[in-house]
Amino acid sequence: MKIGIACPYAWDVPGGVQIHIRDFAEELQRRGHTVSVLAPGDDSDDLPPYVVTVGRPVSIPYNGSVARVSFGPRVAARVRRWLVDGEFDVVHVHEPASMSLGMLAMWWADAPVVATSHSAQRRSRAMSAAHGILQSAFEKLTAHIAVSEEARRTLVHHLGGDAVLIPNGLYVDRFNVPARPDWWSPDGTMSFLGRLDESRKGLQILLEAWPAIHDAFPDSRLLVAGRGEIDEIRSGIPERHRDAVEFLGGVSDEDKAAMLASSDIYIAPHIGGESFGIVLAEAMAAGAPVLASDLEAFRVVLDGGRLGALVPVGDAEALGRKAVEMLGDPALRDRYRQAASVGVRRYDWSRITDEVLAVYDMAVAMTPESGTSRLSGT
Amino acid sequence: MELLFVIIAVLAVLGVYLSWTAGRLDRRHARIDAARAVLDAEYLRRSGAVLELASSGLMDPATSVILADAASRARTAGDDERDQAESDLTAVLTAVMDDPDDVSELRADADAATALDELAMACQRAAHARRFHNELVRGAVRLRRKALVRWLRLAGYAPMPETVELDDRVPKGLDATRE
Repeated sequence: MKIGIACPYAWDVPGGVQIHIRDFAEELQRRGHTVSVLAPGDDSDDLPPYVVTVGRPVSIPYNGSVARVSFGPRVAARVRRWLVDGEFDVVHVHEPASMSLGMLAMWWADAPVVATSHSAQRRSRAMSAAHGILQSAFEKLTAHIAVSEEARRTLVHHLGGDAVLIPNGLYVDRFNVPARPDWWSPDGTMSFLGRLDESRKGLQILLEAWPAIHDAFPDSRLLVAGRGEIDEIRSGIPERHRDAVEFLGGVSDEDKAAMLASSDIYIAPHIGGESFGIVLAEAMAAGAPVLASDLEAFRVVLDGGRLGALVPVGDAEALGRKAVEMLGDPALRDRYRQAASVGVRRYDWSRITDEVLAVYDMAVAMTPESGTSRLSGT
Repeated sequence: MELLFVIIAVLAVLGVYLSWTAGRLDRRHARIDAARAVLDAEYLRRSGAVLELASSGLMDPATSVILADAASRARTAGDDERDQAESDLTAVLTAVMDDPDDVSELRADADAATALDELAMACQRAAHARRFHNELVRGAVRLRRKALVRWLRLAGYAPMPETVELDDRVPKGLDATRE
């Protein structure tokens, strides 16, 4: 199959959507499909061979903030060129509601168009002003995918469309790495992952619970990975409990996997703003029992508590209690680990790719005029 | 003279708009027909996968009989009963395969695991196909409700498309254990 994927964000800027498209494109190629990814950026960037660029995005005020988008006649011409040269069987647009390449590709594509919406957002003025235009562009869609229930709800409420749910993927086996001996601790190792100063990641909740956990298990240890003002946060921890908290700063993918594999509990004390718990799936893949806030997205990934423990959002006391219970009960942790190692396969790219290819298959069959070119004037 | 020019211009623009809208409607209807054919095919795939599993001898006899009965009813139902028969098949599948632990046990056999994976995929495809079909229908209905489209009968005599409403949930045990 020849598949064209439109990415709304520049390839050299790290982000969830880019990682999703990269991993997915690589799995498709492994299966023998031809993939071309269209993204903002310059040719001079250090890009994989399957990425085609349309030039630097420009910053303009849109949707109440500054957006970096690609538009204008030159970009439009490049998008059309890409569509003609690619002779795609399916065009897959990511974040179709963002004013970018996706919309242009959707507009001119001949082949059936499949879209994936990632983000969950509240309605904004600009979105409603553009509502009519978006809706008529969405008419071109044959199939719409949302990566989470919240992303789907955003579509239903703001754009009056519906989508099927196919979650984000990860390569489960890449997280199957050995634990690092120097991160082992006699009473158990816990870990946290996320920007330290972003309050919705919930580090403050975990540190509030920490003294009680550390009192119950004096030889336990907490690994904190993520960028932020480490010194400031460290000095906020009571002295007695300070040295058992190890700040790792930003970590590489390898270190992240090793940290999770070394954990007796991975703790996700987030207080909101997560539309999909990919990091929980990563912890499950690495074999770390998960203890997480009872956010909707997390509840879904943990299958309502079957694959990991859930505690009320923002409740430090409950979090501490549950962590102590889990540290004291190796059999419970083993049960979570066992169930999670099966459950997490639901998010493996091998399965997610099957599901997306099934959607492509149906999209092609649902397009009566596919194969005949209606493109003109290129 | 000027007025005449304006009237001609307005009529020309209106004509272009109307023929564009009529074309749009026409394409919509064609896509809905194609989506409907896909949906029918996906339901056949699903009941076929159930029959396969039921006749494989991998499940106990009582469950096999119940599954085979529901699947063949869904395959032979008339147009009026089809949606109900498909919903019934879903109810039977859910009763048998809602618990991930039960399904995990079945999966111990490699052949059963393959058959269950196929069934899980078929269930999901059917559910997705119905969503896609219904989205196309909703888009067409939105367009046909526009005043101009109704007054000028731009849709011709094509019947108003209808969404397909039935229960085609993927049983939780099937979904959670698929590989």
